[in-house]
Amino acid sequence: MPESNGRQATLKVYRGTKDKGEFQSYKVPVEAGMVVLDAIHYIQQNFDPELAVRWNCKAAKCGSCSAEVNGMPSLMCKSRMDSFKDGEDICVQPIKTFPIIKDLVTDVSWNYEVNKKIKAFSPSPDADWTIYQEDIERVQEFRKCIECFLCQNVCHVLRDHERKDNFMGPRFMVRVAGLEMHPLDEANRMKYLKDEGHIGYCNITKCCTEVCPEDIHITDNAIIPLKERVVDEFYDPLGKFIRGVLGGGKKK
Amino acid sequence: MSEYEIREHDVLVIGAGGAGLRAAIEVSGQGVSVGLVCKSLLGKAHTVMAEGGVAAALANVDPMDGWQTHFKDTMNGGKQLNNWRMAQLHAQEAPDRVKELERWGAVFDRTKDGKILQRAFGGHTWKRLCHVGDRTGLEMIRTLQDRGVHQGIEVYMECTITKLIKDGDKIAGAFGYYREDGRYILFKTKAIVLATGGTGKAYTVTSNSWEYTGDGQGLAYDAGAELIDMEFIQFHPTGMVWPPGVRGILVTEGVRGEGGILRNSLGERFMFKYLPEATRNDYAADEAEAVTWVNAALAGTRTEARRPPELSTRDNVARAIYTEVKEGRGSPHGGVFLDISYQDSERVKKKLPSMYHQFKDLADVDITAGPMEVGPTMHYTMGGIRVDAETQMSRVPGLFAAGECSGGMHGANRLGGNSLSDLVVFGKRAGAGAVEYVKGITSEPKIDDKFVKEAIAEMEAPFLLKDGKNPYDVHKELNKIMSTYVGIFREEAELATGVAKLEELKAEVEKAGAKGTKAFNPGWHMCRDLKNMMICSEAIARSALSRHESRGAHSRLDYPNTEKAWGTKNSACSKGPDGKMVLEHTPLPEMPAELQDLFVKKEPANA
Repeated sequence: MPESNGRQATLKVYRGTKDKGEFQSYKVPVEAGMVVLDAIHYIQQNFDPELAVRWNCKAAKCGSCSAEVNGMPSLMCKSRMDSFKDGEDICVQPIKTFPIIKDLVTDVSWNYEVNKKIKAFSPSPDADWTIYQEDIERVQEFRKCIECFLCQNVCHVLRDHERKDNFMGPRFMVRVAGLEMHPLDEANRMKYLKDEGHIGYCNITKCCTEVCPEDIHITDNAIIPLKERVVDEFYDPLGKFIRGVLGGGKKK
Repeated sequence: MSEYEIREHDVLVIGAGGAGLRAAIEVSGQGVSVGLVCKSLLGKAHTVMAEGGVAAALANVDPMDGWQTHFKDTMNGGKQLNNWRMAQLHAQEAPDRVKELERWGAVFDRTKDGKILQRAFGGHTWKRLCHVGDRTGLEMIRTLQDRGVHQGIEVYMECTITKLIKDGDKIAGAFGYYREDGRYILFKTKAIVLATGGTGKAYTVTSNSWEYTGDGQGLAYDAGAELIDMEFIQFHPTGMVWPPGVRGILVTEGVRGEGGILRNSLGERFMFKYLPEATRNDYAADEAEAVTWVNAALAGTRTEARRPPELSTRDNVARAIYTEVKEGRGSPHGGVFLDISYQDSERVKKKLPSMYHQFKDLADVDITAGPMEVGPTMHYTMGGIRVDAETQMSRVPGLFAAGECSGGMHGANRLGGNSLSDLVVFGKRAGAGAVEYVKGITSEPKIDDKFVKEAIAEMEAPFLLKDGKNPYDVHKELNKIMSTYVGIFREEAELATGVAKLEELKAEVEKAGAKGTKAFNPGWHMCRDLKNMMICSEAIARSALSRHESRGAHSRLDYPNTEKAWGTKNSACSKGPDGKMVLEHTPLPEMPAELQDLFVKKEPANA
């Protein structure tokens, strides 16, 4: 990596609200190791203190700086400026699935409303809290989620079909999976998944998995197992009867 | 006159990191109305960035551990300047708070026999840090967030408080604005818990996020509270140094806890020569002993070997790295080498996943194949709002503080892992303290409209300036002053210059202007943040200038020794009647005899 290459990059940044806006061009000097978020900060500090952007950690831990960079949904703090070709314009726009508040900032409050409807962690009152590492590996993967909402952004049920009224989206299937597969949780969220979260709408195109900055295997490890459980619970009466007779409790 | 929304809660919690969330859960759990205000979205507070773990003497890995040893380590780490009662409560209550997190859904890494796993950290005698890989803060904040949400706490996201309002000497409300559209909001409340974190953004190189502008300290100072021990700024020894775009980003102490080795450009394992005489016997005498300790830790077995010198306290390691670099033995980009690549690469990826990705994605360095380059980064403010140890109330009736914005708990230097535990222990206590206070109130506090008008005028002012200065330029100037004159090593003339330059900068802060509309306007926001950073910076610089000794994180080149006489004094800054900062040295609360005994006996009897 060179110390400094005297290079300049041109950023085209969306400026405006949900009703009206346009892309504005800025020339920004590039230094080694710089990411798109640094370039946005440079614009803010030197050209336009009004440029609205969300960020917190700048280390891919908080999931605040989600945007679409040259069409690719990504965290700006992880998008390196040297990943673009010399002279290539870098187009930065807000994530599409949520209403724009201003510039790169969108209204993601809907996600917080969905989260409220998910039944909380419900451990057995007499649990002795001996838990083995091998029994929580799956859950720990789901709990890596930093709530950047990029998976929600690319999910076509939300993005193209705008079914926020009726579909929880991948983020919250991951959350439910983390609760359902916790070895000590005793609640049952299957009816919610089927009738309110509408897990059935997902047709496992894996777009969510592809954009996850935490590399969570959203589709394979969270959504598909949950879909199987919903099927077992509601569409497999014989299996359900047998499990009842055998005294099997909640599937873990 | 601008219109504003009015909301009412018995208790208002400002800040939604670990301490704020835990406080709000406590208040709401006791059936008292609480509002939780956060500057960012919920779940994005600085706690999310904490990596290494939460310290609690559960004794799951090292059965010898107990609260007395944790207390002793904390006081020794803080160079005995801690509020002893806070350190005691913290050590005693941390295990229950951690177990509580588990019962609320936190999924910690496990020992072989199914208990919460604990790792070694600097200054901790035993393996004490409960953790989830290197993303412990995320686990904690998500757990508390979900607990709070399901408890029905009302959350005001992306809302910034700009003024606390009193009725006589008592808290009556808080004024602020919503970032989304800039509309104003007035909270009527009987008690306020400040949990706003630190003030790292006063420095150029910092591990802190944009939120860390000393808001709680600034608001409390203006409302009449005291700021104590502000000279003690923790420079975390290991921040990234290269490439420039990532300078300052934290490299968890967990790397050293897992056996990471520090070397200079000559290949020397230099930490052996920087161990202070007083604690030298707690650390390995040579590389062979350090290797024995690491091997036992990796195997999960007990050993008589003492821990590696890299696990000295943060103040000491930061000074050592600074000195190595200054004397010409640094790495190519002005740091030193931190190496964990000698260990099995799959294990490193499992135990330090975000470090692996951070270096791979941002610096093209594979930490399983070679060393990292690291150097000090401004990380934590030990000082803060002076509070009562039991209730966390400041000297302003109804004003409470918890977590990093409060002072006393960590003395002159904080041990790694003691922050996350501090948040939950004192977050709960502050919540309980606020509830008790509210229940004891006999008459409703009233809000005089003139204070609201003042608050609105203050926020409107940056838009009224003709040719206002760019607030980011003023911020850079502040960063330069603090980094140049009030850094790791300090001396009289530089500190005095720093104080003088800050004095000059005050006028520039008043000239910082805003353009455009109030809707999500970061420049406008920065105009207000600057004021809080200025209060904190002045308190840091003045306190540092006044303390004629070196202790913990406060290193004076002209006063290199730790002086007994200074060990009984806190620096305390408050706002004088003329609006100028007043600095006093107040007596440190004296530790009772039975606790003093712990420092005499070789092995404390742990209960």
